[in-house]
Amino acid sequence: MTKPTAAEREKFEPWNDPTARPLVEFRNVTKNFGSFTAVDDLSLSIYEREFFALLGPSGCGKTTLMRMVAGFCEPSEGEVWLAGENITHMPPYQRPVNMMFQSYALFPHMNIEQNIAFGLKQEKMAKSEIADRVGEMLTLTKMQDFAKRKPDQLSGGQKQRAALARSLAKQPKVLLLDEPLGALDRKLREETQFELMDLQERLGITFMIVTHDQEEAMTVADRIAVMEQGKLIQIASPRDIYEHPGNRYVADFVGDINFIEGIAQSTNDELIKIETADGLIVECNSAASIDKNQQVWFAARPEKLTVSRENPVVTGSNAVEGEVWDIAYLGDMSCYNIRTDAGKILKVTQLNHSRTSDAPITWEERVWVSWTNDAGMVLTS
Amino acid sequence: MNRTWSPYNKISVTLGLAFLYLPIILLIVYSFNASKLVTVWGGFSTKWYAAAFANQALMDAAWVTVRVALISATIATVFGTLAAIALVRYTKFRGRLLFSGMIYAPLVMPEVITGLSLLLLFVAAGIDRGFWTIVIAHITFTMCFVAVVVQSRLITFDTSLEEAAQDLGCTPLNTFFTITLPIIAPSIFAGWVLAFTLSLDDLVIAQFNSGPGATTLPMKIFSQVRLGVTPEINAICSVLVALVTVGLIISSLSLKRNEIKRAREAEAMRA
Repeated sequence: MTKPTAAEREKFEPWNDPTARPLVEFRNVTKNFGSFTAVDDLSLSIYEREFFALLGPSGCGKTTLMRMVAGFCEPSEGEVWLAGENITHMPPYQRPVNMMFQSYALFPHMNIEQNIAFGLKQEKMAKSEIADRVGEMLTLTKMQDFAKRKPDQLSGGQKQRAALARSLAKQPKVLLLDEPLGALDRKLREETQFELMDLQERLGITFMIVTHDQEEAMTVADRIAVMEQGKLIQIASPRDIYEHPGNRYVADFVGDINFIEGIAQSTNDELIKIETADGLIVECNSAASIDKNQQVWFAARPEKLTVSRENPVVTGSNAVEGEVWDIAYLGDMSCYNIRTDAGKILKVTQLNHSRTSDAPITWEERVWVSWTNDAGMVLTS
Repeated sequence: MNRTWSPYNKISVTLGLAFLYLPIILLIVYSFNASKLVTVWGGFSTKWYAAAFANQALMDAAWVTVRVALISATIATVFGTLAAIALVRYTKFRGRLLFSGMIYAPLVMPEVITGLSLLLLFVAAGIDRGFWTIVIAHITFTMCFVAVVVQSRLITFDTSLEEAAQDLGCTPLNTFFTITLPIIAPSIFAGWVLAFTLSLDDLVIAQFNSGPGATTLPMKIFSQVRLGVTPEINAICSVLVALVTVGLIISSLSLKRNEIKRAREAEAMRA
């Protein structure tokens, strides 16, 4: 129950270890609802102690996938395995996994203590043991003072804690979290995210979270699976998802991004030169194997572009002139929409380092947007 | 919304209420009439209540009515609840539309038809008519009211509560008894009270299906009225009105209280 050291944290990559055995495994799982395919021939492995996030827009099949682990939904084809056991057809009340519901689903006619004890009673656990475990869970979630309250006497945040305590009480092999923080306000949500991570590390339980909030997934998860229309688009660490998205869908879904479409001109020395239809030259470091004359997209995050009054680049590439179209002042940073002379909008964000600026860049001003060879990536799909 | 009442509104509400309740008020007022003549006021008296309660035939009928109502309401509540669950939860079985139509048909079916068809059934099956045939007939026509009340509660029931229970290791059957039933209990109770009051004041269906020795209070009153209205009848009718009113108030209060509670919960969820 101790926090892992920085070294251990660095090493935690069971998905790259060929000898590691997955805890949860989807084997070619398909789920049809009538003519609608919610999950489409999907295979996925989740490992012990992992904090795994399923990320995608609503209707992408992420909740269906999670409900298959809980047992509320049987796959039309394929198998679900848990700890080396085929659980595809096992009823939910026999599975050693627990779920925290989006609506919390606290039993309204029981107080918090009884809610937490409910799962333990089903196991026919001794009364004294139940009391101990309930006390432990209340302490863990800092809900000691609310043990005798009914769910409708609690605030949203307290309900969330109570639901968490109830789903952890049986010490499940996997804890499933269905949009667990969706009903909380922003500040509380951010706090709770860190608490969840802390809890997961201390208990060593595998957490599987479903969310449509990419920031939430990036904050808590070891690995993120981005889903679209029942298919996995990419599984990677938050950093890789953000900095090395596999395609434009992932790049666009996770964070903001600018795309510049063009044709690859030369591809030597891991430097790719791209020319757009309106004559802009982009140079980008990339290890991707790209053919000459292939259609590609240069993709760069807004914070990796720079906006300035003078053209800082001498080589004639990686810079484009335009007009300030819109400015959003967000406090910590400012967000600029620059309309290039070719009519394309580029998003640029800049940190507001100093509190006062004599001549801030303003609307309709002529500016240059520029970037380095490392700023972006080249995507082919 | 307009808070002040226009003269038009005042008149229409007064007329409407008078139309509904004037006869009943008149009945209650005359039940306290000292005179033997029903339509002539002869001063205040409660002697007809005493007379009514001393009338053995009337009291026997009342006892039959209460027994019929208690038994039929209880059984109708069980059947009605089961029907409601089937209708709300199992949305995909064959003939669901037909089934739901058949559940609701007795709501709009003329009582004469319900009564007559049941009579034909009992005659065809060779069942002697009496106390139990009235009970069966009342179960038949009150269970659909229970089904409607329970169904409306089940529609708003958060099924993730049941999923949560099963997720925590509870079998589906146990989940029904430990989670679903306690939560929908107020609507089931409201349904029971409704069935009870409906059975209490039914005349037509009971008339068709009763036999010798099983006379309900409404039947007794009706047969006495044919020989001339006595103030005694007014008294016993007033008691009946009071019972039904109390029953309906309890039923709607328990529903209302739950609605308010749920609305508050929903409010808290949003906050």
